[in-house]
Amino acid sequence: MKWSIPEDRQYTDEHEWLQVDEKEDTRIVGITDYAQDKLGDVVFIELPASGQTVSLGQSLAVVESVKAVVDVYSPVTGEILRVNQELTEKPELLNEDPYGKGWIAAIKAGDPIQTAKLLTAQGYANLITDLEKEEI
Amino acid sequence: MNAAFPLIFEKDRPGRKGFSLPPCDVPLKPLEELLPQECLRKSRLDLPRLSEVDVVRHYTALSRRNYGVDSGFYPLGSCTMKYNPKINEDVAALAGFASIHPLQGDPTYQGALELLYNMEQCLKEITGMERYSFQTVAGAHGELTGLLIILAYHRSRGEKRNRVLIPDSAHGTNPATVTMTGCEVLQLPSNDKGLVDTATLKAHLDEKTAALMLTNPNTLGLFEKDILEISRLVHEAGGLLYYDGANLNAIMGHCRPGDMGFDVVHLNLHKTFSTPHGSGGPGSGPLGVTARLESFLPYPVTAKDGDRFFLDYQRPRSIGKVHSFFGNFGVVVKAYTYIRMMGARGLKQASDDAVLNANYLLNCLKDIYHVPYRGPCKHEFVLSAKLQKKRGAGAGDIAKALLDYGLHPPTVYFPLIVEEALMIEPTETENKETLDHFVEALKEIAAEIETDPVKIKGAPYSTPVRRLDEVLAARKPVVRWKKEP
Amino acid sequence: MNGQHYLPLTDPVLQEMLASFGAASIEDLFRDIPPAIQLTRELDLPPSLSEPEALAHLRHLAAKNMNLEDYTCFLGAGAYDHYIPSAVRHLTHRSEFYTAYTPYQAEISQGILQAIFEYQTLICQLTGLDVANASLYDGASALAEGAVMACGATGKRKVLVSRGINPQYRQVLKSYLEVRGLEVNEVLLTAGGQTNLDEALRRSEQDPETAALLLQTPNFFGVIEEPGHLADTLHEHGTLLVVSVDPISLPLLKTPGEYGADIATGEGQALGNPLSMGGPYLGFLAARENLLRRLPGRIVGETRDASGLRGYVLTLQTREQHIRRERATSNICSNQALNALTAAVYMALMGPEGMKTVAGHCLQKAAYAREQICALPGYELIFPGVHFKEFAVTVTGSPGEMNEYLLQHGIIGPLDLEQAYPELPRSALFCVTEKRSKAEIDTLVRVLEGWK
Repeated sequence: MKWSIPEDRQYTDEHEWLQVDEKEDTRIVGITDYAQDKLGDVVFIELPASGQTVSLGQSLAVVESVKAVVDVYSPVTGEILRVNQELTEKPELLNEDPYGKGWIAAIKAGDPIQTAKLLTAQGYANLITDLEKEEI
Repeated sequence: MNAAFPLIFEKDRPGRKGFSLPPCDVPLKPLEELLPQECLRKSRLDLPRLSEVDVVRHYTALSRRNYGVDSGFYPLGSCTMKYNPKINEDVAALAGFASIHPLQGDPTYQGALELLYNMEQCLKEITGMERYSFQTVAGAHGELTGLLIILAYHRSRGEKRNRVLIPDSAHGTNPATVTMTGCEVLQLPSNDKGLVDTATLKAHLDEKTAALMLTNPNTLGLFEKDILEISRLVHEAGGLLYYDGANLNAIMGHCRPGDMGFDVVHLNLHKTFSTPHGSGGPGSGPLGVTARLESFLPYPVTAKDGDRFFLDYQRPRSIGKVHSFFGNFGVVVKAYTYIRMMGARGLKQASDDAVLNANYLLNCLKDIYHVPYRGPCKHEFVLSAKLQKKRGAGAGDIAKALLDYGLHPPTVYFPLIVEEALMIEPTETENKETLDHFVEALKEIAAEIETDPVKIKGAPYSTPVRRLDEVLAARKPVVRWKKEP
Repeated sequence: MNGQHYLPLTDPVLQEMLASFGAASIEDLFRDIPPAIQLTRELDLPPSLSEPEALAHLRHLAAKNMNLEDYTCFLGAGAYDHYIPSAVRHLTHRSEFYTAYTPYQAEISQGILQAIFEYQTLICQLTGLDVANASLYDGASALAEGAVMACGATGKRKVLVSRGINPQYRQVLKSYLEVRGLEVNEVLLTAGGQTNLDEALRRSEQDPETAALLLQTPNFFGVIEEPGHLADTLHEHGTLLVVSVDPISLPLLKTPGEYGADIATGEGQALGNPLSMGGPYLGFLAARENLLRRLPGRIVGETRDASGLRGYVLTLQTREQHIRRERATSNICSNQALNALTAAVYMALMGPEGMKTVAGHCLQKAAYAREQICALPGYELIFPGVHFKEFAVTVTGSPGEMNEYLLQHGIIGPLDLEQAYPELPRSALFCVTEKRSKAEIDTLVRVLEGWK
């Protein structure tokens, strides 16, 4: 596979990833390598304010390339604890390191925990394999 | 070639001036008597200081770094880049048109009002509509005003309709306009033939439908052959039909939006009627409506009483104003000149030749590039460079490679429903040699992509600047020059 | 047949082209149009004309208009008779500029892209603000777009609008704003002819939904508004200051940047564009840096090419309709680029000294005319405030009749104010630009004296 899909996190069919940080009891959210590749060079990201609450499926951030704009939907309902401010200055981190320095927000899940339907790395790999087939 | 082309600010030299004005001949008053201190500008007015020669050389040099229809072929799909007759420019510059003040009064510009009146009669006949406003100065401006009229009409009947249907092949201005009017966009997927699917349409029509916005022929260059059924369905549901006139150049003298059932029409004089696009504008987007919507047009409209022409402001149901004065009058003068010279047969032949040129090109190119929707097309067609993309160079690269042939590329990546789209509109003013040259260029580029896609990805090579970095421009926006500190 | 000189396909070539894809006739290409709507007759248009005939017809129509080369103009009210240097038309009529489309292909459009980048800079320098777009339709729609921007930026839905703003602009504003649920509320003028800023501040403080205060300065009556520290107080209320300004006045008057406006808009016609019965003109819009991504329309930005050379492209396009579609900042596509180029060429020719000269002459000549006219019995200045190039006076009879009389003496007279301002009967708005000579002003005064 051309795109990296780390095993240590979960995925949505909208190409977001979600990783549970047990220590902090938060969920870190970002976009996948596949998503950033399809989007091309990211030039701007509109980030939410920390402290804000966000609902499952609601737009969490807006990511722009030169010729496209996509919403990043929140895969979880909760309170935004932190956002990755570094992306404002360096949106290219979303391209260079989507699973690391390109993280978008840390969300403290509400109680009861509401999340999108989450896929394993294998499940997500199957999804994009199917998507690529359709294109041919 | 390596030095940056200087900005006008970098040519600034103290003491130089490029103007010549007489001294002020009224008795002068001290400035402080006329303007109190707190009203005065304190900051330096940092405009460049240049002689007239400097300014002339600067803009002449800039013009040589630009490409217009006069420079060569310009097959930009959906933009109808036909030749702009020179006579139009002369006529619009006559003092009787260029040097009249919009508020000087009806009796003082009877000729201008007569021209607007005559033009309205021509456009009514060409499109089958009842009345026109010239206040709308661009296609998108026409769309906005058209929707304001449609909403006012529904309101006048005590109906609240706030959903506008748009095919997924539509120009971006359509959905953007809908949002500007506070309505909701409902996007209709096109069927496998690239047309509006009447069953899908029917399923989405209801008491909330305000209008369906349609371009016909559509942005794929295909005629919506079910238009009468579409019109019936929309009207039965209580909605109205809006015609985006971007593609009228395909059908002049063959059929009319009014006869298809459209209630509101905007035209693009800068496309169909030969007025120059001025590197982005000015355009003019006259708005035509049927009899039942006539009273909602922006005020004033042009009217005639016996031999006298006048601006009619007594329009109680009017949606109001959308532009100062009467729109881009100067552009209307040019388009009127064109229509008067072409006449009925000339306009029909323009459409005939535009459609022929498009079909000729489509046929020449169909074996090299993927054709997502089969012809015959109308005035334009869409190819897909998806096969080329797989080899490593896509529509955008092909466009850049065409620049090295001295040709303007087609519209790329639009409509959105075609992957790697190349949207080609040759127009009627091009001869066969030009079309053949374009075909040869596209063939050579396709062949080159087979053997050396990297070379195409690096194009253009012969332009004043090489490929420009749009990512850099968007990541670190520099939208003005600043003096080095 | 006329028009053939724009249609190069000759019959044999046409037949050859048709045959190349197996079509028998042109009609074959139109068979997808349902017969029920195929026109079976020729369009009923006036007979076509050859070029000399067309020229004669258009000259005939033009000759029926009284133009400002033959008449002396004291009319303004949003469209102004300033001198246009000869070089302006020569340069903007370089066909590489005027026959081009929007510069989507940057590598062969560096000319217009750089010219617009320079235009954006010139507008910033004139207004004292940080960023500007590549033009909007006109001064009216620019103000409306500015108001929409302010609502978007603040997340509020009401704007306060001075009654001193050009009535046509206020009408356009209503058309643009009310349909999307934004509320337009008027602020009245003081007896001095300035916007009642105390009232505006009171209302912005009381109503937290107030997105912006909209002012025009000099206002419709030619009176200069004095915002002082207005902007600071408005900002405390979370309200923005949006202004409409006369670019000709800015070399002299305090700039929007200096008095803290967030958005400055205006009509750019006066910068080298002919009057042309109201269009094409151009709207300009400048704003503070933080509003850059909310600007409507095209923006040109600087970048580098593959070999490192400086160049220009359309940038931040994700704001625009062709990408963001229903979420775009505006639906504008075609703008007034050639008019923006015209404005840039005009400013480049005039330079700082020329621009200040024009502004100074307008100020002096309008003051002289004001003094002379108001010395006539029955003519009184309506608003005592500080004026620039326009002023409103009461006249001794019907302004319409007065204008007919002036016309007989070769003068295009002032605007009758009563239509837009019923509270101002028998009032007229005069405009005096740098183009008017002392002799012309004296003639005007003499003719007025002779009327009734």
